[in-house]
Amino acid sequence: MNRRYGERVTELAIQAFLWFFRIGVVLVVIVGSTLTLTSGRYDPATWFRLFADGFTLGSVYAMIALGYTMVYGILRMINFAHGEVFMAGAFGGYFTAVALDDAGLLNANPLSSLISIVIMLLVAAAVSTVIAVLIERIAYRPLRNAPRLVPLISAIGASFFLQYTFRGFFGSRTYSYPTVSILNEDVGIPLLDLRWVQVLVIVAAMVMMTLLYLFVMRSKTGTAIRAVSEDKSTAALMGIDVNRAIVTTFALGAAMAGAAGVLYALLFRQVDFFTGFVPGIKAFTSAVLGGIGNVPGAMLGGLFLGEIEAIGPVLFFTGFGVPSVNQLKDVIAFTMLVLVLVFRPSGILGERLARQRA
Amino acid sequence: MTAISSTITRPLARRWRHVIAIGALGAAVALYLALVGIVPTFEARAMISSVLALGETFVLGTMMVIGYLAARYFDGQPAMSVLAGAIAGLMTGSALTLLMLIGPAIDLRSIFLNASDSLYGVLTLGRGLDFLWIPMVGGVVVGALGGGLRILPRPIQKSIAAGLLSLVALGLFSNLLRKPLLASPFASIGRLLFASEGLTLFGAAVTLSGALGAGIGGAIGARFGSRRWGMLTGVALGMIGSLVIGLLAADLAPSALARPEFAALGGVLGGVIGVGMGGLLGGAIARRVSSLRLDRQFDALPSPARSAIRATPLIPLLFLVLVLPFAFGQNFAQVIVLVAIYILMGLGLNITLGLAGLLDLGFVAFFAVGAYTVSLLTSTSPFGIADFSWWIAVPFAVGVAFMFGAFLGLPILGIRGDYLAIATLGFGEIIRILSVSDLLRPWLGGPQGITNVPKPFDVPPGDPLSGPSQIYYIALICAGVIAFIAFRLRDSRIGRAWVAIREDEDVAEALGINLIQTKLLAYALGAAFAGLGGAVFAALIGATFPTSINLLVSINVAALIIVGGMGSVPGVIVGAVVLIGLPELFREFQEYRYLFYGAALMVLMRFRPEGLLPSRSVQRELHVEENVEPAGAPVGSSVAQIEAEREGDVERDSPYSEPPAKETP
Repeated sequence: MNRRYGERVTELAIQAFLWFFRIGVVLVVIVGSTLTLTSGRYDPATWFRLFADGFTLGSVYAMIALGYTMVYGILRMINFAHGEVFMAGAFGGYFTAVALDDAGLLNANPLSSLISIVIMLLVAAAVSTVIAVLIERIAYRPLRNAPRLVPLISAIGASFFLQYTFRGFFGSRTYSYPTVSILNEDVGIPLLDLRWVQVLVIVAAMVMMTLLYLFVMRSKTGTAIRAVSEDKSTAALMGIDVNRAIVTTFALGAAMAGAAGVLYALLFRQVDFFTGFVPGIKAFTSAVLGGIGNVPGAMLGGLFLGEIEAIGPVLFFTGFGVPSVNQLKDVIAFTMLVLVLVFRPSGILGERLARQRA
Repeated sequence: MTAISSTITRPLARRWRHVIAIGALGAAVALYLALVGIVPTFEARAMISSVLALGETFVLGTMMVIGYLAARYFDGQPAMSVLAGAIAGLMTGSALTLLMLIGPAIDLRSIFLNASDSLYGVLTLGRGLDFLWIPMVGGVVVGALGGGLRILPRPIQKSIAAGLLSLVALGLFSNLLRKPLLASPFASIGRLLFASEGLTLFGAAVTLSGALGAGIGGAIGARFGSRRWGMLTGVALGMIGSLVIGLLAADLAPSALARPEFAALGGVLGGVIGVGMGGLLGGAIARRVSSLRLDRQFDALPSPARSAIRATPLIPLLFLVLVLPFAFGQNFAQVIVLVAIYILMGLGLNITLGLAGLLDLGFVAFFAVGAYTVSLLTSTSPFGIADFSWWIAVPFAVGVAFMFGAFLGLPILGIRGDYLAIATLGFGEIIRILSVSDLLRPWLGGPQGITNVPKPFDVPPGDPLSGPSQIYYIALICAGVIAFIAFRLRDSRIGRAWVAIREDEDVAEALGINLIQTKLLAYALGAAFAGLGGAVFAALIGATFPTSINLLVSINVAALIIVGGMGSVPGVIVGAVVLIGLPELFREFQEYRYLFYGAALMVLMRFRPEGLLPSRSVQRELHVEENVEPAGAPVGSSVAQIEAEREGDVERDSPYSEPPAKETP
C-alpha cells in the first residue's frame, strides 16, 4: 500500500525495460551483421548496389520529407495529404510523358530525353503545387486556430479525398510509365552496378534540394517563411504577410513532392492512385528522423531512411536465416522511427526546434 | 447574419463579382462531379423512380445550391435574386456544355476515364451531343429556382430545404425502408411510396408535402407560442393528407397511380389539403399545448418520475436495436455487426484518446493481437494450437492485448502529441507487416491467415442466431459492458487523473499523479478493448486474414471518435454509424465511398469540429475558442480562456490541445 515504494518499483521496471530494449536492438544489429558479413554470401558489388538503391530511394524520401517538415515547422501540423500531393505529381508526369512519347521526343536522343524529363518535372511540380494550395485553402486555412487534432483529421480527410478523386479520374488501374530507354542503361563504371536513372534521381534531387535550401535560407520569401515558423504574431507585426508565407511553404513543399513523384515513377516505372500512401508515411518518418521542422534534417533523414531500408534487412536479418528479408524493410524503418522518438525525440538535427518548444 | 447585412451595403459591381465567383465555383464543382465519375456512375441508381436518377440529382443539387448562394448578395430584391441565381446556374450548366464541346474534340477520354459518351448521355438527358444546350437551360431554371428560394420567408426556406434533403435521403435508403414496410401490414402504403428502386413520384410528393407542412405549421405554431408542436402537426398532417388522397385514388382508380402525372397530382393535392389543415390544426394544438405549461408541470414532478419520462423514448429505441438484424435482412445484419465492432473499439480508444488525450494511430495492432489470439486458440485448422471455444479464448485475447498495450506503451510513454500519433502508427504498421511476413508464416499462416474459427454459438443453419446476428448481439453486449466500464471510470480517481494529464502533463505531475502508471493504464486498457474488438471480428469472419489488418482500421476508429464527439459515449455510437455504417450501406458505390468519407471529414472539421454529439464540456470549449478568432490572432490565443477562468469557469476541457512536444523526461 505504500505508493512511494510502488512508484519506485515501476520506475525501475521501466528503466530496466528500456535498457533491455536498447541492448536487444544493439545485439540484433551486431550479431546479425556479424553473422551476415562472415557468411560471405554477399560480395562488395552487392553491397554497393544496395547502397546505391538506398541512396536513390532516400533522395526521393528526402524530397517528400521537405514538404512535411516545412509545413510542420510553420503550422505545427502533420500534412497527412502530402503523400497524395506526391502521387498527383507522379500522375502529372505520367500524362506529360505519354504526350512527349507520342510526339516522339522522349526517346529521340539523350538531350531530348533530358529535356523531356525536365518538362515532366516542371509539369508535375505545377500540378502538385496547384493541388496543395487548393487543399491548404479549403481544408487547412479555416482550421488554423482550431485545436490540434482538428486539422489532423481534416488532413486525413483530404488524403482520402485526393486518393479517391484520382481513382475516379483515372480509374484504379496501374499506369506504367513510358520507357526512357537511356535511363535503364548501365553507367559503365567497372564492377559497379549503377544505372543512369539512379544517377538522374540522385543528381536531380540534390540540385533541387540545394536550390530549395538556398531559397529558404537566402531569399526574402525564405526569410519570411522562417520568421513565420518562429513566431506568427511577431512576424505579422514585422509586416510579413503570414498567409502568403504559409501558402508559399505549401507550394514549395508540393513542388518538391511533385518532382519527387516523377523521380519515383521513373525509378519504379508505375503509378496508381494509391502510390502516394507508403512513400508519404516513409517521408514523414524521414522528417521525424531528421528532426521535424528542420530542412537539412529532412534531407539527412530521408537519405538515412533510404539506406537503412535498403541495407538494413539484408545486413541485420540474413545472418539469422530469416526468410524473405525484404518484407521486413518497413519493420526496420518504423523501428528506427520508434527508436529515434524514444531515445532522441528531437531527431538527428532537431536540437533547435526541441529547445525552442521546451 | 452579420455577413448578410454587410453585403447589402456593398456596391453593385462588387456584388455581381461575387455572383460570378459563385458561378465559377459551381462550374468547377459540376466539372468535378462529371469527371470524377459520380454523375455517370450514379446514374444507375434511381432516386425518384423513372423520373430522377442519383447522378442527375448531384448536378441539379449543385445548381440549386449555387443559385441559392448567389442570391445571397441580393437579399430583399426578389427579381435580382432570381436573376443572380439564374446567372450562377447558367455558368454551372455552361461548364458542362463546354465539357461536351471540348471533350470529344480533344479526346479527353485518354486522360479522364469518365469523359465518355455515357457521361454526355446523362448530361443531355439521353439525347446525345446534338442537345448541348440542355445543361445550360437546366442551369438557368434550377439556378433561378435556387435564387427564388431565397425570396421566401426563412421558415419556408428551411422546410423546403429539409424536404429536398429528406427526398434525397429517402431515395437513397428506399431499398432499406421498402423491405420491412412491404412485410408489414402497411404493404399497400409501401408500394405506393417506394418503387423497386427509389421513391415513386407519389412518394416524393408526400415527402415534400410533409416538409412544407412542417414549415407552415411551424410558422403558424410560432405565432401561438409553440413552434415545435406546430411543426410536428404540420409534418404529420401534410403527409397523412397526401397519403389519404393517394390511398383513396389507389382504391378508386388503381390505374391512375401508374401514370406519373396523376400520381404527382394526387400527392400535391393531398399535400395542399394536408398542409392547410396541418397549419391550422398545428396552430390550435400549439396554443392548447402552450397553455398547459407542460415544462413547468414536468419540473414539478419528483426526480425519479422525471428520469423515467426522459428514459421513455429509449425503450422503443432499445427494441429497435434488438430487432435490427432481423428487420432488414442478412446484408444489413453484416453491416451493423461491423458498426457494433467499431463501437466497441471506439469506446476503447475513447479512453486512450478521449480521456487521456493520447492519440493512438496504431490501434489496429491490438485489434490484430486479439484476432490472432482467438484464431490461434480456437481454430480447427492446422494453425490452431488449442481447441478452445470462443468464450474461453476471449479472456486470453483481451489479456494478451492488454499486455501488448503495456509492452508497446512502455517505451513511448515519454512521447507527446503528434509524435505519439506517428510512433503508434509505426507500431501498427510493424504488426501488419509481421502478420503477412514469411517470418511468422509457420505460426500465423502468412497471407492466407488462419481460417476455420468456430462461431461462439454452435447453431444449425437456418436458426435465427446463425450468421452474423449472433455476433451482433455479442458485440452489443461487449459494447455495453465497455460503455459501462468507461462511464464508471470517467469520474473515478483514475479517470480524473487521465483528464488532468490530457489537460497538462506537467501540472498533473506536479499534483502528484504518477504519469507513467496512469498513461500506461489508459494505453493498455484501450488496447484490451481493441483486442476484444479483434476477437469479435475473428468470430464474425470465421478467420483472421492479414488483409483485415491495415492502417484504415486505426484511422477509422480515431476518426469516428472525433466525428462523434470526443469523450462522449453517444458520440462514439453516432460516429460509428456515420463513418462505418453509412459507407457500408452504399457498397454499390464502393469506388466512391472513401471519396465521400474524406469529404465528410473535411466538412465536419470545418463546420463542426466538436463532433456530432459532443460531451458538453468539449462543446463549451470549442465555442469559447470560436469567439476569439480575429484574423492573424496569435496561435493558441487564450483571451477567452483567461476570461472564462476569471468567471470561475475553470473546466478547461480541451482534449485536443496537447502541449507541444518536448524532450522525454
